[in-house]
Amino acid sequence: MKKLKFALLLLCLLAYSSSYAQDDLLSLLGEEEETTEYAKASFKTTRVINGHSLENVAGGVMDMKISHRFGMLNSGAYNLFGLDQASIRIGLDYGINDRLMVGFGRSSHNKVYDGFAKLKLLRQSSGKRTMPISLVVLSGVYLKTIEWQQPERDNYFSSRLEYTHQLIVGRKFSEGTTIQFMPTVVHRNLVPTTEDTHDVILIGAAARQKLTKRVAINAEYYYALPDQLSPDRKNSLAIGFDIETGGHVFQLHFTNSTSMIEPGFMTETIGDWGKGDIHFGFNVSRVFTIRKPKKLEG
Amino acid sequence: MKKIIFNTLLLVLLATAVQAQDKFFTKTGKISFFSSTPMEDIQAHNKTTTSVIDTKTGKMEFAVLMKAFQFEKALMEEHFNENYVESGKFPKASFSGAIVNIGDVDFKKDGTYKVTVKGNLTLHGVTKPVEAPGTIVVKNGVVNAASTFNVAPEDYKIAIPNLVREKIAKQIKVTVDMNYEPLKS
Repeated sequence: MKKLKFALLLLCLLAYSSSYAQDDLLSLLGEEEETTEYAKASFKTTRVINGHSLENVAGGVMDMKISHRFGMLNSGAYNLFGLDQASIRIGLDYGINDRLMVGFGRSSHNKVYDGFAKLKLLRQSSGKRTMPISLVVLSGVYLKTIEWQQPERDNYFSSRLEYTHQLIVGRKFSEGTTIQFMPTVVHRNLVPTTEDTHDVILIGAAARQKLTKRVAINAEYYYALPDQLSPDRKNSLAIGFDIETGGHVFQLHFTNSTSMIEPGFMTETIGDWGKGDIHFGFNVSRVFTIRKPKKLEG
Repeated sequence: MKKIIFNTLLLVLLATAVQAQDKFFTKTGKISFFSSTPMEDIQAHNKTTTSVIDTKTGKMEFAVLMKAFQFEKALMEEHFNENYVESGKFPKASFSGAIVNIGDVDFKKDGTYKVTVKGNLTLHGVTKPVEAPGTIVVKNGVVNAASTFNVAPEDYKIAIPNLVREKIAKQIKVTVDMNYEPLKS
C-alpha cells in the first residue's frame, strides 16, 4: 500500500514537472517539416569565363554582359601587351522563369550574332527532396555576318550558321567549391578545311573556388576529341577571377581564345599558352530586375 | 483501492491537458524587415515563422529560417544569404524571452493589451539581449501579437563592405506579426 502511494506521488510529480519545467517551448510543436533546399550561387554569374556555368539568371531578371578580350600578351610593348586591340561581345540575357533563360549577343570578332536558350533540367537540392547534381541543357545558334572571303564563288546563307548543344552537369560541393563537366557538340555548316569535321565533339571541365565572400577563382578547359579540327587549332583554356560588388560581377581573366561564343572559342582557338599567346580579358555583368516576383504580393 | 489509482491517473491526465491549453502557437508567423537609405530601400518577408507563447508564465519563443526570407530582387536574396547572414552556417535566427507585464494580459477576455517583451535574440551566431514594445490582441479565442523594433547588423557581426555601406541602413526595422492558435496536446 505504501509503495503504491509512493508510486502515485512520484507519477504526479513527474507529470507535473514534465508539463511545467518545459524550457524549450518550441519543442512542443514537434519535429519540423523538412523542406527542399536548392543549392544556389554555385557560380557568381551565368558564365564561368567564356562558356556557360550551372547558373541561370532568376526569373524576371535581365543581365547585361559586356565582354572584352584584348590582344595577345606576347605582342609586346609596342601594342601595350595586347591592350591596343580588343574584341568585344555585348549581350543581353533574360530569365523567363527560374529554370529557363534566353539570351542574345553580338561579337565584333567575325561579326557574329548569337542567340541561346538554357534550361535547368535538374537542380541540386537537399532536405525533403535530395538531388546530388544540377543538370543544365544549352542550345545556341550563331550567325556570322562578316563579308565573304571569296565573294566571287557561290556563297549560301546557310554557310553562315553554326550551332552548339551542350549539357552542363555539376555540383556545388561546399559553400566555396563547385565543379562541372560540359559534354558539347558544335555543328558548323561550313568548315575551313577538308580536315575539319562538321560536327565537333568536345568535353569541357570547369571549377570555381571562392577565396573570400565576394571573390572567386575560376578555371575552364575545353578538350576537343582528336581528328576533328585542323592541326593548328588548340584547346581553349581560361583562368580568371570573379569579383562581385552589389549588382555587378566583374570577371578578369587570361585565355588563349579570342572569341567569346561557343563555336568560336571551341573550334577557332589558335593561341598557344606555352608561347604566350594569351589574351587578357574581362566580362562585366550588371543585373536589372524587370519583373518582380509574384511571391511578395499580399 | 482501484478507484484511487484510476482517479489519480485521471487527475494527472487532466492536469497535463489543462496546462497545455495555456499555450498558443503558430507556424505561419510573419516577420519582415526594412532597410531604408537615400540610396536604396530593401525589404524582405518571411511567412513561416514558428512561435510558441505560454500565457501562464509569459514566456515566448520564436524561430525563423533565414533562407525563407523573400526579397524583391533575386540578387538581394542571394547576397543576403551568401554574404551577410551566411545562412549556410547559421540557418536560423531565434528569440527566447518573456512578456514582462504578463499580469496585465487576460488571454480569456477579448481586448488589446500593451506589452513589453524582453529576451535574447540570436542572429548570425551572435546572441544579444533585446527589449521591444508590442501589442497583444485577443479576439474570439485567437491571439495576435505584433511588434516593431530595430536591429543593428553591426551588433550581430554582420559585415557590410564600404562599397555598399550607403545602401544598407545602420538600423534595420523588424516587424513581427503573429496569429496564434491554441496548442492542443
